[in-house]
Amino acid sequence: MTYSVPRDRALKGLTIAAGVLFVLAMLMDFFYVGPEKTQGEAQRIFYIHLGSFLGAFIAFAAAVVAGIRYLSSRESRWDILGLASVEIGLGLSGITIITGMAWAKPIWNTWWTWDPRLTSITIMWLAYAAYLMLRAGIDDPERRRRFAAVYGIVAFASVLFTIIIIRVRPDTIHPVVAGPTQADPSGGFDVAGRIRDTLFFNLFTFSVITVTLVWHRIRLENLAERVTRRKLDVLSEL
Amino acid sequence: MIDEVAARPMIEAQKLVKIFGVNPVLRGLDLDVQRGEFLALLGPNGSGKTTLLRILAALARPTSGTVRIGGWELPGEADYVRAQLGVVSHMPLLYDTLTAEENLLFFARLYDLPRGERRDRVHTMLRRVGLHRRARDVVRTFSRGMVQRLAIARAVLHDPAVLLLDEPYTGLDQDAAALLDDLLGEVAAAGRTVIMTTHDLRRGHALADRIAILSRGTIVYDVSCHAVAAADLPGLYADVTGAVTTR
Amino acid sequence: MSAPPGNAHSTPNKPSAGRVRRPVTAYWRAVGVIAWKDLRAEIRSRELVTSMILFTLMTVMVFSLALELDADARQNTVAGVLWVTVVFAGMLGLSRSLAAEKDRGSLDALLLAPIDRSALFFGKMIGNLVFVLVVAGVLMFALTVMFNITLIRPLIVLFVLLGSIGFTTVGTLFSSMSVHARARETLLPILLLPVVLPILISAVRGSTAILNDLPSDDWLPWLQLLVVADVIFLAAGYALFDFVVEE
Repeated sequence: MTYSVPRDRALKGLTIAAGVLFVLAMLMDFFYVGPEKTQGEAQRIFYIHLGSFLGAFIAFAAAVVAGIRYLSSRESRWDILGLASVEIGLGLSGITIITGMAWAKPIWNTWWTWDPRLTSITIMWLAYAAYLMLRAGIDDPERRRRFAAVYGIVAFASVLFTIIIIRVRPDTIHPVVAGPTQADPSGGFDVAGRIRDTLFFNLFTFSVITVTLVWHRIRLENLAERVTRRKLDVLSEL
Repeated sequence: MIDEVAARPMIEAQKLVKIFGVNPVLRGLDLDVQRGEFLALLGPNGSGKTTLLRILAALARPTSGTVRIGGWELPGEADYVRAQLGVVSHMPLLYDTLTAEENLLFFARLYDLPRGERRDRVHTMLRRVGLHRRARDVVRTFSRGMVQRLAIARAVLHDPAVLLLDEPYTGLDQDAAALLDDLLGEVAAAGRTVIMTTHDLRRGHALADRIAILSRGTIVYDVSCHAVAAADLPGLYADVTGAVTTR
Repeated sequence: MSAPPGNAHSTPNKPSAGRVRRPVTAYWRAVGVIAWKDLRAEIRSRELVTSMILFTLMTVMVFSLALELDADARQNTVAGVLWVTVVFAGMLGLSRSLAAEKDRGSLDALLLAPIDRSALFFGKMIGNLVFVLVVAGVLMFALTVMFNITLIRPLIVLFVLLGSIGFTTVGTLFSSMSVHARARETLLPILLLPVVLPILISAVRGSTAILNDLPSDDWLPWLQLLVVADVIFLAAGYALFDFVVEE
């Protein structure tokens, strides 16, 4: 698969757009929105926290779609999409976990607590780390792609679990921003006014960033494949 | 309608390509085998014989190309193809913690042989391969030759229309090989379609109706056994396989 | 893929192969035959269940020594001890069950049979499920005696049953992938644990709530989550196993 000029140009445009959006989002996080009344400055990290989780969710959902498409078509580009999505999703959910810890230190007075939500997102992260282990453990490339597709689909259960556990398990101290909750979590706040604007802008920004990163990762994989093929060609000519 | 079907080859494979990673194992292989024909498939190691048989047995999926067996298409109608196939591979395909009888009964059930006939059929087959005295012994205690005999009984248990044999003579002693010769002669006489891979050129020539030589993923030579003398076969084999490998 | 269950005996407008066409083995019969085969082999050798039960009892010993539990603490941890032990003992069985089929080549024999791939999946899964349930049953009895907490109650049994179904479903699917990997023994837990954790957490939390005689509001959501997870995983196994075993 060669890379066409228009496609390269589109990616470049998207990359610049993502960069500009990110700068704007950061400006909003730090200057547009005021400090939250109970949590103060620490609350600003929340926009990145939720934004990166949405990005990870999009990426892992893309891995499910890629898995289904790969199994039905056997075209390796779907496998590359799956791999790219999982890697980017791992990075983004890593950001979610780290920003969560940074926020928890001043608010909950601890870096880490065995709260169901924290536990479940860590498990989700581990499930996708296992995806990479699975790929590394299978030698035959065709089988590796097939197994990765199957695992990428099933592992999404851990993403769903992370999202729904808070509804099943009301004793979490993690705040629930979207939807109703029976409990009174410590660290909750109202989403309205400037906070809402900033939140939605960040969610949008992180979605764009996710798509951009996945695209870059796909491009990298395609280029790496081309190098391998060239190497084989050169070797076979010797 | 029936005539039209009967006139078609039992096995039709067209433009089969199988690529493992970056290695092409089959490169556009075409093969037709007529109903009741016995084909000996020869070729050096790595020429794609086993891969071809695995594709015909619906165990592996070709990268591209089509296969029809008995009018059914792979992989879409694999279940119907499987019901007509008997396979002997390098692996015994048996459970060594079960007895000979239990193994065959298990496969008889799996192939849905009628309840009333199962036991009779199993015992007939055990007697046929000379294992009826060991019917209640666990397969783990069997010698290589006995295991191979049981594997053959397993393969023909459901009276398949097509037999795929991958090196069935490997590891057999003289007696077992002679028994297998007899069995295969019987099978061929019963009008089954057989493909057998082998390194044994002489035996292949003696048993088969037709010989095909596979090299580097395609059939490089295909001839009726009547058209070639057994004595000429080794020279011919070296020519066609050597000619391709030195290209 | 192939004929759906229940519809296995009818294929309209298919050319007859020139012989009497053998119908494909009925779906649930194939499931039963495969599960029964595994149980039969296990009843004979008792290798797997014996080692699983011994492992289980030793793990309970290690837990009770390591945690130095008093009566109150036991009440709240016994469900955790139960499930952690069942999962690790179950993993022993899962990796063995598929590895044995693959290494002896008997997996090919199953794949050659005219049965739906998902029937093979459910057959293996039910075999594994019975082993896990036997181990869980022994463990529940042992914990009841040694921890002096009555675990054998209908609701706890229900949780164990549902949890085991989900665990063995994912376990059977993943172990049929991990057998192809280089480091299969280490890969299976890495793949399996994060994905079955929703089941594990639900089962542990739900069981603990029941043991503490809490109202149904405290365990019913876990039961619902468990049922949903089971349904999702069963559907995933049904749809995806086909892709795992092909070549």
